[in-house]
Amino acid sequence: MLDPAPATPQTSHPLLQTVGLTKRYGDFLANDSIDIEIFPREIHALLGENGAGKSTLVKTIYGLVQPSAGELRWQGAPIKLSGPAEARSLGIGMVFQHFSLFDNLTVAENVALGLDGKEPFKAISARLADVARDYGLPLDPSREVWQLSVGERQRIEIVRALMQNPKFLILDEPTAVLTPQEADQLFVVLERLKAEGRAILYISHKLDEVKRLCDTATILRGGKKVATCNPKRETAASLARMMVGTEIKEVKPPAERRTTVPRLVVNDLNLAPSELHGISLRNISFELKGGEILGIAGVAGNGQDELFAALSGERLVKEPGTIIIDGLACGHLSITQRRKMGAAFVPEERLGHGTAPRMRLSENALLTGHAAGDMVRHGFINAAATLRTVDLTTETFDVRKAKRDPEAASLSGGNLQKFVVGREILRGPAVLVVNQPTWGVDAGAAAIIRQALIDLASAGAAVLVTSQDLDELIEIADRIAVMFHGHLSEALPRADATREKLGLLMGGATLEKEAAHAIGA
Amino acid sequence: MLLVEAIILSVLAASTPLLLAATGELVTERAGVLNLGVEGMMIVGAACGFAGAWMSGSIIIGALCGIVAGMLMSVIFAFMTLGLAVNQVATGLALTILGIGLSGLIGARFVGERITTAPKLAIRGLTDIPLVGRILFGEDAFVYLSLALIVAVWWFLYRTRAGLVLRACGDNHVSAHALGYPVLRIRLLAVLFGGGCAGLAGAYLPLAYTPFFIPGMTAGRGWIALALVVFASWRPGRLVIGAYLFGAVTILQLHAQGAGVGIPSQFMSALPYLATVIVLVLLSRARTGGSTAPAALGTVFVPDR
Amino acid sequence: MQLVLEKRAERSRTIALVSPLIAIGLTLVTMSVLFAVLGKNPITALGVYFIAPLTDGYSLQEIAVKATPLVMIAIGLSLCYLANAWNIGAEGQFLIGAVAGSWIAVKTQGTEAGHWVLPAMLVAGAAAGALYALIPALCRVKFGASEILTSLMLVYVADLLLDYLVRGPWRDPAGFNFPTTAEFDPVATVPVLIEGGRLHLGSIIALVVVAAAFVLLDRTIKGFEIRVVGVAPRAARFGGFNANQLILLTFAVSGALAGLAGIIEVAGPIGHLQPGISPGYGFTAIIVAFLGRLNPVGILIAGLFLALTFIGGEQAQITMKIPLDVTKVFQGILLFYVLACDSLILYRFKLVSAAPQVQRAAR
Repeated sequence: MLDPAPATPQTSHPLLQTVGLTKRYGDFLANDSIDIEIFPREIHALLGENGAGKSTLVKTIYGLVQPSAGELRWQGAPIKLSGPAEARSLGIGMVFQHFSLFDNLTVAENVALGLDGKEPFKAISARLADVARDYGLPLDPSREVWQLSVGERQRIEIVRALMQNPKFLILDEPTAVLTPQEADQLFVVLERLKAEGRAILYISHKLDEVKRLCDTATILRGGKKVATCNPKRETAASLARMMVGTEIKEVKPPAERRTTVPRLVVNDLNLAPSELHGISLRNISFELKGGEILGIAGVAGNGQDELFAALSGERLVKEPGTIIIDGLACGHLSITQRRKMGAAFVPEERLGHGTAPRMRLSENALLTGHAAGDMVRHGFINAAATLRTVDLTTETFDVRKAKRDPEAASLSGGNLQKFVVGREILRGPAVLVVNQPTWGVDAGAAAIIRQALIDLASAGAAVLVTSQDLDELIEIADRIAVMFHGHLSEALPRADATREKLGLLMGGATLEKEAAHAIGA
Repeated sequence: MLLVEAIILSVLAASTPLLLAATGELVTERAGVLNLGVEGMMIVGAACGFAGAWMSGSIIIGALCGIVAGMLMSVIFAFMTLGLAVNQVATGLALTILGIGLSGLIGARFVGERITTAPKLAIRGLTDIPLVGRILFGEDAFVYLSLALIVAVWWFLYRTRAGLVLRACGDNHVSAHALGYPVLRIRLLAVLFGGGCAGLAGAYLPLAYTPFFIPGMTAGRGWIALALVVFASWRPGRLVIGAYLFGAVTILQLHAQGAGVGIPSQFMSALPYLATVIVLVLLSRARTGGSTAPAALGTVFVPDR
Repeated sequence: MQLVLEKRAERSRTIALVSPLIAIGLTLVTMSVLFAVLGKNPITALGVYFIAPLTDGYSLQEIAVKATPLVMIAIGLSLCYLANAWNIGAEGQFLIGAVAGSWIAVKTQGTEAGHWVLPAMLVAGAAAGALYALIPALCRVKFGASEILTSLMLVYVADLLLDYLVRGPWRDPAGFNFPTTAEFDPVATVPVLIEGGRLHLGSIIALVVVAAAFVLLDRTIKGFEIRVVGVAPRAARFGGFNANQLILLTFAVSGALAGLAGIIEVAGPIGHLQPGISPGYGFTAIIVAFLGRLNPVGILIAGLFLALTFIGGEQAQITMKIPLDVTKVFQGILLFYVLACDSLILYRFKLVSAAPQVQRAAR
């Protein structure tokens, strides 16, 4: 950047304004009278925890959600949007966090669906190629989306938005699915868009990024706007304080832990995908000792879910010795048998995978607890024992809920995650395999969960944490390996595991050291 | 008339209700909605179609009555599954149960009545072309209409923007909604189209296939049409092949019964149903690694506003 | 105005209890309109349908007799539906059970066979029903073929097989060419509970089935597995529950219950095998299962209620010349209302004004 000074909004008029914008769902105020001004040639950050109201706000601006009160102003004039098509026609574009793509349609068809008007399909394909080349975002229009990587999918979203030539572009957590290097490339594009005079509303919870990229930041908490500031003049800590409202308890760094015997060993694990568009696992080997936390980094969709399925026993492998828990070969054993051996698992998806959403917590305690302990005797359920687990988890992990035994779906993300993790930790596992432990969880809950994982390892368990959040892994893991296209890299000791190195591995590069090591050997 | 020619003509006629109903269901399912009530919509279409034709004396009015009746039935389905987010499988079953009752009620006073069925085409210069003339131009108009319809559906799905949007809704309704497409409205239209086709398919039976109405005359054709959509992997071209294959099985077993091959008639009559089971098994087995069904098929969508 | 659904944080337990009652109320209103359209006095018609059968002992027994197969089949179906396995071929399993049990009755006819005959028939009926239900279940589990379509197709096949048997090999030589077997021997007949009455042992069996299903679903881990696999299949797999095994199990149990109901019906109230032994019990039981909210006790009540509509329908046909099909229409409408009201358990219905007026901004 040549000019580090923020744009001078005072000299121009806001492109988009929200005035007292309010959205009510039943008794719940998702947005409470929010005022924001966004100017041309500005990258404006929208910061906030999960549930702070960021998504609702941008959906309202994009016409997807009708505000309950307040108004939107576009170039000073009040507007009412009937839907996204009208927002697009004004010049508002959006890149969704969970992409709005169609897996079984081609790239060109996906782009065509995001454009309005009567442009012929051939012309769209041609223009798509132009825009993609112009911004350095290469795409093959004839490929079907399911064949593409997460990064490429995001490219479709961005190109589709750019093809509308928007004056105002919303990006919802765009770097959550990118490697650090891919994120850098995205920032170049965003700087260029800004230079072209467009305004950008940038949603993120990565404070370093916001400080580096954004000119202004608006911070939401509990549906209300708490501040608008220049992020470059703030520290990451001060921004975090505004987001969370209180000081976040620091996670105590792992004390010097003694590692013991290997408790989870994986030998040359190969597994074909079970689903149509899945990833094959190839030659995965690692060893995890008691007292140790191994982190697995990687962009989503590189085989993490498949690895979880193989480790947990949701999918079995032919050769028993491929997976060894506490010295026992168990590749052929079911998830229930592995639980009986002292393993515990926390999947990425809280609702629908980790829990049955419309069942009570006590029933969800039984879901994994039936394997061992006193919850089931002679095939009959001991209801008191399941409730005891709920109470104990609630107490130990500070699970907030409206009543003693509510349905899983009625809990907030953070509280449900505390329940799901707590339910497993309270079983005193020898091995804990956890996927995305703090995904979409508020900072308070995240700190409690991370601390619990560290404490569990300190008590002698082997903990495997898969996460897309590099900061999280660097904070809690002793060693970090990277998954890419179904391969798992060598694990780097934490001291060695810089963001740059990990980022390269996440992008599919092999580290020189590894290469040299291979040649030297 | 040659025997082969006669058999082909009767296969055309027997396949037409299957093709019509399956065409409608294909569009419905491509939009992501599984309407298992085809049998119910068909049988009501048959009753109303016959009633309309008997009272007006016009086959065309009868056919229109069948279409409208099928659409009205599908409106109930749409209200339940799209409006109230009720499980599509259960609602489809309910629609069939209701349809069987309603058709009995509506058709009761017409049982035993006869009408003149839809005339076979006789186009001078075309129908009398040797060998192929009677096959290409000698059946009733519905036969050719059903073929034109499936071609139109193919063109719509793969060559128009509206067809692209419809397929998008069937692939991922969340994305379609996020881009601003009215998912529920598009699905409503697809369900209505399916209902109209099923109603017409039902009406074909008493208007062209036989000259009278009897309760339960669809005899599971609606369910076979549902199986055909699976057979066709949700592709219009294969749907035509499937419908004619099934029509052929039906006709062959009838001819075999007529020829007295020594196998009890009940066993021959069971053939089309057994064939459906076998085809479903073979096809599902052939498609390793997943199906080509629309990804959102049968799932409930409730937009948040 | 536009109807909008708003998701509830939790299932509403109050509405779960009252929703079948709301559904029945709405159905009665709709039926009154239908009666009026048919030119009948709605009040009188509803009276004949729903009140009259409750006022005499014969009809009360008849209700229990009709409810017996409905409840037994519906209990089995509810297990399938809870596990998200769609067995809609109970009618066929009912017929096959009747055929298999009748085979023993036909073969022992006029012999010295003792009291083992009836138990053997019941076992054969249940086993045949289970095996017949396992065909679609296996097709689903092994090949991924839709169990909805295959189970339904097999209904037609079972119907034709029964037809063949009673017109062919099993026809009563002394039956004046009617398609029926001879009357079963006393040892091949389900005993009545009260001498001279209609109520038979099958009703007791149905009650036992209800109690067993209640314990299974409410108290055992197997019942829990069935419920989880239906509402959250991925969570069930995570819990270590095998969905395919549960599909096979629920289909087998439901087929066995339907088959048992079939042979009880033939060896009990009917007394011989003939076409048309079922007025659509297998399909009506689907309604019973949903009206009973897939709950064993609810199914018992719902089964009695729908049996009432069968009896009331017959009486309305005799006394008021209301066509029998009205009963089927009634049952169809009832199922729609039940499903619609069930939606209230998960959602609040709200009417909101249509999309706001579109105002174009100045460009």
